[in-house]
Amino acid sequence: MEYEAVIGLETHVQLKTKSKMWCGCANAFGSEPNTNVCPVCLGMPGVLPVPNDEALRLTVLTGYLLNCEIPRFAKFDRKSYFYPDASKNYQLTQFDKPSTANGFVDFEFSGLGSVEGMGRVRITRAHLEEDVGKNSHLERFSGVDFNRAGVPLLEIVSEPDITGSDMAYEYLNALKDILIHGGVSDCDMEKGMVRCDVNVSVRPVGTRELGAKIEIKNMNSFSGVRRALDYEIPRQIAAVKRGDKLIQSTRRWDDVAGITEEMRTKEHAHDYRYFPDPDLMPLAPTEAWLAEVKSRVVELPLARKRRFMQAYQLPAPDAESFVNDVPLGNYFEAMAGLSKSPKAVANWVINNLRAKIAEANTRDAAEQMSMGIEPGEVKRLTLTDLKFKPEALLELVGLVEAKAISNAAAQQVFGEMFDTGKAPAAIVQEKGLAQVSDTGAIETFCDEAIAANPAPVADYKAGKVAALNSLKGQVMKLSKGKANPALVGEILERKLKA
Amino acid sequence: MAAAEINVQYVANLARLALTPDEEKKLSAQLGGILGYIEKLKELDVTGVEPTAHAVPLVNVTRADEVRPSLSHEDALRNAPRQAGGLFLVPKIVE
Repeated sequence: MEYEAVIGLETHVQLKTKSKMWCGCANAFGSEPNTNVCPVCLGMPGVLPVPNDEALRLTVLTGYLLNCEIPRFAKFDRKSYFYPDASKNYQLTQFDKPSTANGFVDFEFSGLGSVEGMGRVRITRAHLEEDVGKNSHLERFSGVDFNRAGVPLLEIVSEPDITGSDMAYEYLNALKDILIHGGVSDCDMEKGMVRCDVNVSVRPVGTRELGAKIEIKNMNSFSGVRRALDYEIPRQIAAVKRGDKLIQSTRRWDDVAGITEEMRTKEHAHDYRYFPDPDLMPLAPTEAWLAEVKSRVVELPLARKRRFMQAYQLPAPDAESFVNDVPLGNYFEAMAGLSKSPKAVANWVINNLRAKIAEANTRDAAEQMSMGIEPGEVKRLTLTDLKFKPEALLELVGLVEAKAISNAAAQQVFGEMFDTGKAPAAIVQEKGLAQVSDTGAIETFCDEAIAANPAPVADYKAGKVAALNSLKGQVMKLSKGKANPALVGEILERKLKA
Repeated sequence: MAAAEINVQYVANLARLALTPDEEKKLSAQLGGILGYIEKLKELDVTGVEPTAHAVPLVNVTRADEVRPSLSHEDALRNAPRQAGGLFLVPKIVE
């Protein structure tokens, strides 16, 4: 019998706010332990939590980005449990009345479960809750740092629409891209801003009933999720085929050993005793407030990629560059409409401009840090600081297209305009970089090269076509790089075949 | 719910309370009394009254996303039974 996996993900994402969810402590990573804490997030008696308006906005914004419905009523409940990282002995979370529900994420995917190169995972809900403190395990004790306690945390719950490890991986990446683009979260995995619980079961292909749900808790990397599923799905299928009965349980992923292992089952099933928090008033978003949030909706990464590919005839990797770097994409887009060859403009922006900026930044950063400026304070060059205007880049592309300058010369011109802001035409004039397309002049250079290099000439005549490159190189050298390379090739070939 | 239906031991365990048999008996009677009082509320006619968790008709009470000073590190840890390296120390967590 064939078996299939049924997977649902619960993805926890820290929201990009300045302060915590219920208090004014900083939402910051990397501070000294227990320095961003106050009576509210330490769970002292008698304190009053007040919801962070921006966290509520980011939650609803996520709802819009994930095609969710936004209920006109939402509230917070207390989820009671004892664990040292939960300072109040309960977690505030949206239980039966979340701020968003019933959405979906579409993403490029061509494996099992895809339709025409696309995957879709339905979103049950994205609800707002609070993060907990961080435990560290010492020799005889455990230590708790509450800096993270009360940081706004969005839990994005998917329907069990995921069919395998690759689909889970692509879904998570698509989700992350959307959240970063929307300004909802920085999704920095290294800083633990995204964590994931994986629910996976197996069943015979063609049946509807779900198998025993097994949860793999607290995954902190997408590749870990993929590897854990690559281990767990065959494990469950093998168990069922052996005739073992799987029971609902929780497992932990051991990234080093590359296996999942069952976690100690608690004596009692969880009984969270959810009830509405008496300190927090319900949420009833008004039309005006929703409209304000809606105005922050951005073009989704996939839509942007497709638009760039279609409107400017760009290959997928170019379009992706402009999705991953939105300001760069916007910079390109402002010029692309004015150019006859958007693809050439894209090449310049992606290959040359981006590299130049990165190079300048590396150099400047080293310089600034040598002067004692903290790495975090280093001023970085951005597209708005460029010395040349976008029109100048268009002009340069035009010069290359018209074969007025060679590609090599264009690189030189670009370097100069990047450093000085001078106009391309002026640089070409000043440096004598105009390409020689004058056949007479090139013919002379070709004759000289043929006369001076009998060996490659003989090779070429003996059938070694590659020998032409060596001669071409000689001509370019004689012309000081200004000869039109295509013409040089043509003329050399004609002369040698004669 | 009648008092007999309350599993006092289970509820006590959820609240991490260790009760002596005497306390259990006493609390069982008290909880029964409280639930009996709640039962009485069922006699009220609440037709047309929306259920609510709050007595005050307020919604959307929020604050602006602004950072305010936190407690000093020393004050934050002042009540910690044990501390080391700036952390609250608790009995070792075994997962």
